[in-house]
Amino acid sequence: MALILELAVQGAQMILVLLLAPLLTGFVRKVKARLLRRQGPSLVQPYRDLLRLMRKEVVLADNASWLFRVTPYLIFATTWVAAALIPTFATGLTFSWTADLIAIVALLGSARFFLALAGMDVGTSFGGIGSSREVMIASLAEPAMLLIVFSLALVAGATQLSTVAAFMGSPQVGLRVSLGMSLIALVMVAVAENARIPVDNPSTHLELTMVHEAMVLEYSGRHLAMIEFAAFLKLLLYMSLICCVFLPWGQATAEAGPESLAPGVVAYIGKLAVCGILLAVFETAIAKMRVFRVPDFLGAALMLALLGTLLLFVSRSL
Amino acid sequence: MISSAAVLLWGVAALLGTAVLAVSESRRSGSGTRLIYGLTLGISAAVLLVLASRIANDPVTPSTAALPLGLPWIGAHFRLDALSTFFLAVVNFGGAMASLYGLGYGRHESAPHRVLPFFPAFLAAMNLVVMADDAFTFLLSWEFMSLASWALVMAHHREQDNARAGYIYLVMASFGTLALLLAFGLLSGPGGNYTFEAMRAASPTPLATAFVLALMLLGAGSKAGLVPLHVWLPLAHPAAPSHVSALMSGVMTKVAVYGFIRVIFDLLGEPAWWSGVVVLFLGGLTAVLGILYALMEKDLKRLLAYSTIENVGVIFVSLGLALAFRANAMPSAAALALTAALFHVLNHSFFKSLLFFGAGAVLTATGERDMEKLGGLIHRMPLTSFAFLVGCVAISALPPFNGFVSEWLAFQAILQSPDLPEWGLKVMVPAVGGLLALSAALAAACFVKAFGITFLGRPRSAAVEPAHEVDRYSLTAMFSLAALCLLAGIVPGLVIDGLSSVTLPLIGSRMPVQMAQPWLSIVPIATSRSSYNGLLVFLFIAFSAAAAAYAIHRFASHAIRRGPAWGCGFADVTPSSQYTAVSFAQPIRRVFGTFAFRARETVEMPPPGQTGPARLDVEMHDVIWETLYLPIGKALDFATDHLNHLQFLTIRRYLTLVFLFLVVLLLVLALWP
Repeated sequence: MALILELAVQGAQMILVLLLAPLLTGFVRKVKARLLRRQGPSLVQPYRDLLRLMRKEVVLADNASWLFRVTPYLIFATTWVAAALIPTFATGLTFSWTADLIAIVALLGSARFFLALAGMDVGTSFGGIGSSREVMIASLAEPAMLLIVFSLALVAGATQLSTVAAFMGSPQVGLRVSLGMSLIALVMVAVAENARIPVDNPSTHLELTMVHEAMVLEYSGRHLAMIEFAAFLKLLLYMSLICCVFLPWGQATAEAGPESLAPGVVAYIGKLAVCGILLAVFETAIAKMRVFRVPDFLGAALMLALLGTLLLFVSRSL
Repeated sequence: MISSAAVLLWGVAALLGTAVLAVSESRRSGSGTRLIYGLTLGISAAVLLVLASRIANDPVTPSTAALPLGLPWIGAHFRLDALSTFFLAVVNFGGAMASLYGLGYGRHESAPHRVLPFFPAFLAAMNLVVMADDAFTFLLSWEFMSLASWALVMAHHREQDNARAGYIYLVMASFGTLALLLAFGLLSGPGGNYTFEAMRAASPTPLATAFVLALMLLGAGSKAGLVPLHVWLPLAHPAAPSHVSALMSGVMTKVAVYGFIRVIFDLLGEPAWWSGVVVLFLGGLTAVLGILYALMEKDLKRLLAYSTIENVGVIFVSLGLALAFRANAMPSAAALALTAALFHVLNHSFFKSLLFFGAGAVLTATGERDMEKLGGLIHRMPLTSFAFLVGCVAISALPPFNGFVSEWLAFQAILQSPDLPEWGLKVMVPAVGGLLALSAALAAACFVKAFGITFLGRPRSAAVEPAHEVDRYSLTAMFSLAALCLLAGIVPGLVIDGLSSVTLPLIGSRMPVQMAQPWLSIVPIATSRSSYNGLLVFLFIAFSAAAAAYAIHRFASHAIRRGPAWGCGFADVTPSSQYTAVSFAQPIRRVFGTFAFRARETVEMPPPGQTGPARLDVEMHDVIWETLYLPIGKALDFATDHLNHLQFLTIRRYLTLVFLFLVVLLLVLALWP
């Protein structure tokens, strides 16, 4: 019985991230529009977009290979698995030990690997420009992310997210310089990984500036729907990660029993809303930077993360 | 009952016999090729069976054999313990796969008499190095291995640059053997006992220990490809036929790693803590520089060779961690780090062989190694490209494949290191962790480029047009390796448990039993701390992808229309408008290349109103070659120039010189304290 309940909670988490992801993106877009004094599209517009794309026919380039057609499903699957493994409203879920934070970062790496390949499949210069810029950004963002993981693991003594979240919720954390640095670095990495302003602009189609949109330019119909969905999931994933590690309050624990789940879900949605508003404000307040300024931005994240880790090696209490 | 070491010596003898047979057989092209590769495949498989029974029954108890060869007062000693069993398995599995691949690939060989005799000899030599139990046999086999592989590098000696590659390889190999010779001299001490048993019993002074470490880093490190001793590797490995490249990159570098582990972990005794710092630093430097070089490369086989350097760096980082933990009496952490290193040895032998086989298949099909002339091969060689893709994903350390597991173990070992007391290690370990993460991310970029430029896009030259799928032997070899890459990634516990018998005698500790974990997870320390389950990750991805695909095909539109790619309004855009290998790496070159290669770009734009083409010139320097090797070469030239006139003296002057030298020598001897 207990096992069935645990499986149900795990399944609920997988479905929840799937359902919430487009809403979160719609919410961020809405807030951004309101900040610009525009009406903005409705909150459910991303769902409509997805459904519309599903109904459209796929236009494949003449020389697109099997890889091009398989990639959207692979990207969606890896991103979904990664998003489902992050504790959202409850920690200590049945399969939470399947992958620790390092593995989750690597899963996102797999998704990016295939997306970059798909960008090169058709053989246009757009795909190439997107792929080559994407791997450049990733080559700095991934090490920064792993160093953030190191810092968290050194503070909490684990790379297992449930343990980290439990530790961060306990009173023994206190104020630490290294955690502050990790938080800033994590936000910077999250901005870059999700192709948000100032690194990339999700709503541009200007060839000189785009990265993510250039890679997926040849996609259409249901394939594009899968890739868009994966992008929504990735945004949700990073926000869940930040909430889970740095705002761990209100999460249901494995011992607390099923009655704590409902407040956990409410707290989770509340935290997502706060993060979404912050992201919208940040994006409205800042301008897109040139592509070759991005390494400076991410280099700063890398250095912050490294500094945080080094501080922890010097003293466990910093 | 004949000991398994003796059985393996018969295997080596059979390989040497095959080499002799090959001298006459290689005149008959076709059937001779099949016979020789068939024999080496059979012998390697038989040796693997012996090793498998040993691993299954009792891998720990050493099995020895002695031959009355070599130095008259000691003979030649051979010994099989858990460490050598593991490395012999790597060597012979690589050999078996290369032979299988050679059955098909070897038919396209233009000069079989330059390859066939040396191929079995090379395999025999690598087996002998790993089995050797005294310094003399070890060095002799090592030199034999270098020479056999040198002959294979020179198989196509008339091709451009191959002679230079062979020359540099020969110089570096002699230098490496010299360093090893001196290291064994120090280990055997003034008594001069060359058996490994005596070296194990001896306790060298701290100074001698330091020298042995430095000499082993020079000797084994130059063979493995540690920066800055790597210069020969990207020249020599690609010059050989592709299945030999696979052996050199996938297996011979591992024999060098074996030599390092044998001497430093087994023969030398307790290490000093700073030895970990040195090895960590060199490993991290090697990993990052190796993969940066690979990213700048446009020759597919040289790219793979540079990526070998990166992987050797990753292995040495784990070895350095193991040394640091061992010096500070943290045996369980040391076992974790050593397991990570050995796991990566196994993984790299799988995927690097696979990738070189794939590069060989491309070379057979198109005659090109230059990626700028390839492209679109996924349509013409679908099976090869699938296997190559698996290799690319595995080497980029992406789950659920095997490369990720060994990197994950290395990261877990790094996270154990705050307990280390020394400040040097406290600062070095997180920095190296960052370098490791950087090299993993760059490796992914590098293999997106390798696969994307070679197999995806549109053909960049006419060489691609006649390409078709390769023979079934090559495909069998590639798909077996691809399957193993996945298998080692989803049941890593099996490998880790197998490696426990290696770490136990060397460090006195082992990782906890993994196969007893629920759901075949791997748990280095405790579940609450960190765990990874490749099987479930694989199943989850497969399930989610299948569910998504099912939902799409159930509910979404099925319509597909083929049309031209979007060309911004230009019709029939030429394939040369695609990204190339060099332009793909341009953003990374701008970020990292300015200090790693002193890269400089100059753009010449035509004046406004003129329609002439713009020019982009990229200037890059191989900093290590220019700052380390060229000055040495210049100094040698200078010295030989100025010593030359000593050859043309009169007899009186020679006599005077001899007399003066004698006097100086006697003076020194007299004044020596």
